[in-house]
Amino acid sequence: MKTDLKLLWGIFLVFLKISPVTFGGGYAMIPAIERAVVREKKWLKAEDVTDVFAVAGSVPGAVAINAATFIGYRIAGISGAIVAMMGVLVPTFLVVVAISLSFFYLKDNPKMTAAFKGIRPAIVALITFAGYKIWKTAVFDKTTFVTVCVTVFFLLVLHVHPVFIIMCGGAAGVAFVNVKEKLGYATRLDEPKTEEVPDIHYFMGAGI
Amino acid sequence: MLLWGLFKTFCIIGLVSFGGGYAMIPVIETEVSRNGWMTTQQFTDAVAIAGMSPGAIATNSAMVVGYQTAGLPGAVVAALGMVLPSVVIILLAAVFFSRVHKNKMVQSAFYGLRPVVVGMIIYAAVKLGLSNGMMSSISYYSVSAFLLFALSLFALIRLRMHPVYVIILAGLVGVTLYS
Repeated sequence: MKTDLKLLWGIFLVFLKISPVTFGGGYAMIPAIERAVVREKKWLKAEDVTDVFAVAGSVPGAVAINAATFIGYRIAGISGAIVAMMGVLVPTFLVVVAISLSFFYLKDNPKMTAAFKGIRPAIVALITFAGYKIWKTAVFDKTTFVTVCVTVFFLLVLHVHPVFIIMCGGAAGVAFVNVKEKLGYATRLDEPKTEEVPDIHYFMGAGI
Repeated sequence: MLLWGLFKTFCIIGLVSFGGGYAMIPVIETEVSRNGWMTTQQFTDAVAIAGMSPGAIATNSAMVVGYQTAGLPGAVVAALGMVLPSVVIILLAAVFFSRVHKNKMVQSAFYGLRPVVVGMIIYAAVKLGLSNGMMSSISYYSVSAFLLFALSLFALIRLRMHPVYVIILAGLVGVTLYS
């Protein structure tokens, strides 16, 4: 039991150290996790972690947290999964709370108000940039293009709840592929790889 | 009661947060204004705080919303609500089908999910842009804000500038222009 606790503490520390470097979350963690878990600590073999990131992007949630949870599970079962997840979450949680706290005290300061007036358009640009990034991997045929247009119309004009739209999107994907198959068209299903500079790819955070 | 509301809301959002990141911005925004926790403008500032911090943007936004509506306990329940569904699903995937991403059904679902995520992000950009007066009638603020938007986008796409630097620079420009 003593060695178990030692191992769990070790897992927690490893993910705690990786966490603060992942600005924007997601794929920035891959090389860091691989180095720590496979090469330094030798808890897992390289082939044990290759699949992890594909799986982490195929289930809901942030890739970084999912990947940590999955690797924690492979090392030490459910308790390993929980400590790895906490290791990633705790540092970011503290930073977010610290920034929120200072924002709370400074938000009526005229300089702060002015700064946020400038930041708001930048946030809209950041969101547009994220859309542009996924557009390049998500929209590659007529069906996907029409799906984007229909989604925007449903949200902006008909005010359909986004959660409902996501569920419809998943169901529609399955329906599209099956109908196209019946009609004899092939559909490309794998996520196309874009030639990106790695230091920018992390920013999107997740697998789609 | 408020804490339970935060937890429940972010649990549902965590369950559908495919693509994580910016795709969840419109989902969180809808829920936050429906519950009367924040205005869209306050929410934009929350996203700014989330973007300045390391870690996943969706989870960070959840923490900021939780913190601003119910203090530290609010931040904790929002974060836990957000990660709980992923943890349960990833454990199920780890135990039962570790090749979930090779499953044809899952791949087909993502064929439809990816463009939906793009549409949701476009919607989020338009909605946040509208509610922050960037697209209102011509005024000093709307014109300068639109220029700031265009410059930020240029810096992100062409100059490949790090998002955190873009936020900081925009803040400095804001101080010079609007003080």
